[in-house]
Amino acid sequence: MKNVSKDYNGNPVLKDVNFTLKAGEVLGLVGENGAGKSTLMNILFGMDVIHETGGYGGKVLIDGKEVKFASPLDALKAGIGMVHQEFSLLPGFTAAENIVLNREPENKSVLSLVFGKRANTIDRKALQKKAIEAITKLGVSLDPNMLVSEMPVGHKQFTEISREISKSSIRLLVLDEPTAVLSEKEAEMLLKAIRNLSAQGISVIFITHRLQEIIDVCNKVLVMRDGKIISELDAKKTSISEMARLMVGREVGGPQVRTEEIRPLSDKIVLSIKNLWVDMPGETVRNVNLDVHQGEFLGIGGLAGQGKIGIPNGIMGLYPAGGKVELNGKAIALNNPRACLDSSLAFVSEDRRGVGLLLDESLEWNVAFTAMQIQNKFLKQYLGGLIKWRDQAAIEEVTNKYIKQLQIKCTSSKQKAKELSGGNQQKICLAKSFALQPKLLFVSEPTRGIDIGAKALVLQALKEYNRKNGVTIVMISSELEELRQCCDRIAIVTDGAVSGILPATTPSEDFGMLMVGKTGKEAM
Amino acid sequence: MEKIKSALRAFGLPRLIIAGFLLLLFIIAPFVGIGVGNGITDTLARFGMNSIMVLAMVPMIHSGCGLNFGLPLGIISGLLGATLSIQTGVTGPLSFILAIIYSTPFAIIFGWGYGKLLNKVKGSEMMIATYVGFSSVAFMSIMWLILPYTSPTMVWGYSGSGLRTTISTDGFYSHILKNFLQINIGSLSISLGEILFFAIFAFIIWAFLHTKTGTAMTAVGSNPVFARASGINIDKQRTLSVIMSTWLGALGILCYQQGYGFIQLYQGPMYMAMPAVSAILIGGASVNKASIVNVIIGTILYQGIVTMTPSVMNNLIHTDMSEVLRIIVSNGMILYALTRKTGASR
Amino acid sequence: MKKTVTNKDVRNFLANNIVPIIFVVICLICIPIAGYSGQYLVGQIITRIMRNSFLVLSLLIPIMAGMGLNFGMTLGAMAGQIGIIFITAWNVVGIPGLLLAAIIATPIAVLLGWFCGKMLNMARGREMITSYMISFFMNGVYQLVVLYGMGPVIPIHSDQVILPRGYGVRNTIDLINVRQSVDSYWQITIGGVNIPILTIILIALLCVVIVWFRKTKLGQDMRAVGQDLEVAKEAGIKVDRTRILAIIISTVFAAYGMILYLSNMGTLNTYNSHSQIGMFSIAALLVGGASVSKASIKNVFLGIILFHLMFILTPQAGRELMGQAQIGEYFRVFVSYGVITLALVLYEIRTRREKAESAKQLADMQKEGARA
Repeated sequence: MKNVSKDYNGNPVLKDVNFTLKAGEVLGLVGENGAGKSTLMNILFGMDVIHETGGYGGKVLIDGKEVKFASPLDALKAGIGMVHQEFSLLPGFTAAENIVLNREPENKSVLSLVFGKRANTIDRKALQKKAIEAITKLGVSLDPNMLVSEMPVGHKQFTEISREISKSSIRLLVLDEPTAVLSEKEAEMLLKAIRNLSAQGISVIFITHRLQEIIDVCNKVLVMRDGKIISELDAKKTSISEMARLMVGREVGGPQVRTEEIRPLSDKIVLSIKNLWVDMPGETVRNVNLDVHQGEFLGIGGLAGQGKIGIPNGIMGLYPAGGKVELNGKAIALNNPRACLDSSLAFVSEDRRGVGLLLDESLEWNVAFTAMQIQNKFLKQYLGGLIKWRDQAAIEEVTNKYIKQLQIKCTSSKQKAKELSGGNQQKICLAKSFALQPKLLFVSEPTRGIDIGAKALVLQALKEYNRKNGVTIVMISSELEELRQCCDRIAIVTDGAVSGILPATTPSEDFGMLMVGKTGKEAM
Repeated sequence: MEKIKSALRAFGLPRLIIAGFLLLLFIIAPFVGIGVGNGITDTLARFGMNSIMVLAMVPMIHSGCGLNFGLPLGIISGLLGATLSIQTGVTGPLSFILAIIYSTPFAIIFGWGYGKLLNKVKGSEMMIATYVGFSSVAFMSIMWLILPYTSPTMVWGYSGSGLRTTISTDGFYSHILKNFLQINIGSLSISLGEILFFAIFAFIIWAFLHTKTGTAMTAVGSNPVFARASGINIDKQRTLSVIMSTWLGALGILCYQQGYGFIQLYQGPMYMAMPAVSAILIGGASVNKASIVNVIIGTILYQGIVTMTPSVMNNLIHTDMSEVLRIIVSNGMILYALTRKTGASR
Repeated sequence: MKKTVTNKDVRNFLANNIVPIIFVVICLICIPIAGYSGQYLVGQIITRIMRNSFLVLSLLIPIMAGMGLNFGMTLGAMAGQIGIIFITAWNVVGIPGLLLAAIIATPIAVLLGWFCGKMLNMARGREMITSYMISFFMNGVYQLVVLYGMGPVIPIHSDQVILPRGYGVRNTIDLINVRQSVDSYWQITIGGVNIPILTIILIALLCVVIVWFRKTKLGQDMRAVGQDLEVAKEAGIKVDRTRILAIIISTVFAAYGMILYLSNMGTLNTYNSHSQIGMFSIAALLVGGASVSKASIKNVFLGIILFHLMFILTPQAGRELMGQAQIGEYFRVFVSYGVITLALVLYEIRTRREKAESAKQLADMQKEGARA
């Protein structure tokens, strides 16, 4: 392989990206969530998402020849392998069986002439040999006969990578956050394995948030931000702080600039979180200590998978949690959504369609339901409260009020929630929690997957709700700029714990340092 | 035009075919010597007998427990009520009320246990419900033999113990609703009593679904995660819905018995869930959405076909294929509902 | 420490094998009550194994492909019955007759299996209830064909088969032509018990085929699909096709199994045999300790022995105990349904518990991590 070059034009997610990769080179790819890393890899890999959304501009060249992959299988044929963040392994198969899945060596048999090729028996010995070859190539210790379900996480990861490199034509391997789930020792082994591969002439694209690893293993680094490659660095010469700065740094100007002064912080602590752990898959919270002050707008930021989203989900009882959470000095029962709602907490979930909405029901139901169930609002009581009848008129009234207030685009309050656009659905979720008239509101990723216009409206509504009604808001977001724009203080969560709280006016670079975690602190 | 199209789509092709077929039957009927009036009378009579069992589907569908293939459990509660009522020797309308009263505690206890069980197997309720129904029918078959009933109308004459396979409700509550407020117009005769009885319970369910608890139940079925996040105890709502369905099943069979004139024991209730399930599906319900309108339309369409096909077919081609057609239509309808993508989440 | 481990092991063993254990207990209680001789019981059991094992074995492949218990095996049984009806009408005798029946049944079974597989692909996640409803639905179609189609549409004019009214097949058909023809072809008698060697060879052959099948590429693909559809798809395995194939194979085997079964029985209950056989086969498999996702050849034989032992014993035990054979009859129906219910419920609860346990482990790990 001489020269891989890609460049894309005219895509709003990715703008004019160019880079080359030589054989045996290890390329580090860093950037915040939504910087365009995944899109870039999806294009390289010919994923269906790309075709479904109208293809891409620019060219992908391998060995100087342009290629266009119609499907991931084409990319595989061309020698590109990818290891995703989520494992795709069969738990009941051994490592060896997983490594050669659907590429099993076969014994030819007479029966296959009658029944077709799938009637060939599998050559167990050759299968074993092929798997061991791949494991040796990777240079790790892995028992090929171990069932995946009994493996530690690290070995699962090695199995995945072995599977990719067991493909005969493999030339380029993409690793998406491979070390996120590994222990330190396992991560070290993996880095060693990457060096092994590179020595054998296999190129690697290595996506990670752990910047130290980049320095340890890569030849060069691409820093991406807002769909552009901000800079291409020599891994040997750069530092963690330089990369972190480039990752989060934004050009000044545009609509996102903050115009407000920071407000003084009230002395009164509303919510106090101590030693919180939450078992939310992919967003594990290990040990969070955090105080929320009366009337403030607190932001919680951090990279994906570090646990920031787990915090509200744990407190509100949606995932198993432990630790101590006090509201106005009174302890709140965890793992009990009802108790939280009863004590005037409310939560706008990041999972709009899964948790936030009754997609098949009307907007009226969506807005009024929780308040009706928790606070007996919008009900007419008969026979001394024995019969609690839905008060249709009141429900309609409140829904229409919020439709107007939040400028929700819909045909009527009777429309089904699933028929609205993402942004308007988000507004319905907000309306639902506003209808509860909470004292403290958790908002998780309120702008995920909605367009810019709706984004501004949602943020404005939250800001107003905080400033005018004096409701304390805790907003969790992956977009630092959005937090800096609305919040008073921003806490950054790394590795399941708060790594620091800074005033929102602090420069982005400092937040960036916090995001990359302990290693960041050391570099400071 | 677009509106008509979308309305047709919402109505569903199978439903359209069935409604068209029924219409065709009614059009053909006079030409082969069957009175339309008779046809309507029979259809309505069967509607009166079966509608409450179809209504018994509604609560469980609303809470997301799927189609109530475990209806036989409710039917058994009804049978226990019926046999106990006859055992007391009370006759006339009072025996019907007594049967309802006796069957209620059974329905509540069975429904509670059945609901607890279904909470443990979320996601495969329907398969397990089917077999819970079958097992309970088989178990009760043993019980009917053993239980110490003594009423001579019910036990086998020659051995003096063990209940008969069919027990006549004559003198007890046979046709008690059917003959109540019956209107006769020519060949058409409508029993307002049965329709009224159904209307009362349909109204109760409708009203229930408009209360706070009913709303919570619907939300549990619509999106359980949303309901949990809103502080609803999902398992409790589901259990409640199962108890309601079971109780309605008990009422349904009593209503059926008074119209039919007989109590069928032993293997009788085994397959009674299927017609009720397919009736509500024909009425436009899906695996997780159902309304009272679905119940009414479904029961009329289903029972209409069941009553009209045999007579029309018989007179037309002198062959009675109705039973076979009924099997194909009703099970085909259930199959259609199960394989539809929209309901695939459950 | 050691003791607690063994205790736990015992409990696990009990929990995992509760269904077979219940059955062993029932049988042990019933044997002395019923008072049958040992020779009679052994003879009966051997007959039942010969009769049913082919049918029960046909259930294994869909379980391997993760599609649960194939209630649609009834479809295969219908195909087998149609084959048998034809050869009886054409008066083809003995083993050639059975072969011809198999040849007729094969394309029908393939077609029905394909239909069933297609439907099941549309109803992913609820394969069992769907396959169950398919068996009901096709039962209607089968009746349409056999009760009305045979005679006027499908030319069959044998008095032995067709009802006196001129069309439709009789309720019961005497299969005098093929009765026991496989079993008696090569039979030896040991201690008063007849052992049909050819049947044993056929069943052994099917077992070998199933073992061999597990080792083929297709078998491996099916196991992969059974474990995780998405992963298998990503690896390039044609998931839908593989699943349809699993059902087709199962249906065809069920058709052959039904032909063997009927030849052993000697009579065909045209409108009942197939639906009964579906339930009994599934119950037998579950009694042998199989679950919705895991079943082996061992389960098949153990299941048939235990289930049919119960089947033979209970009416007699009922008569001895209660003075009514009827109770025993109902009892065995109850047990057949009950065992399916129990197995399904246990399977669901176990899967749930496993999930909960893994979540708990994660939580424990985190708590430790938090303390550190």
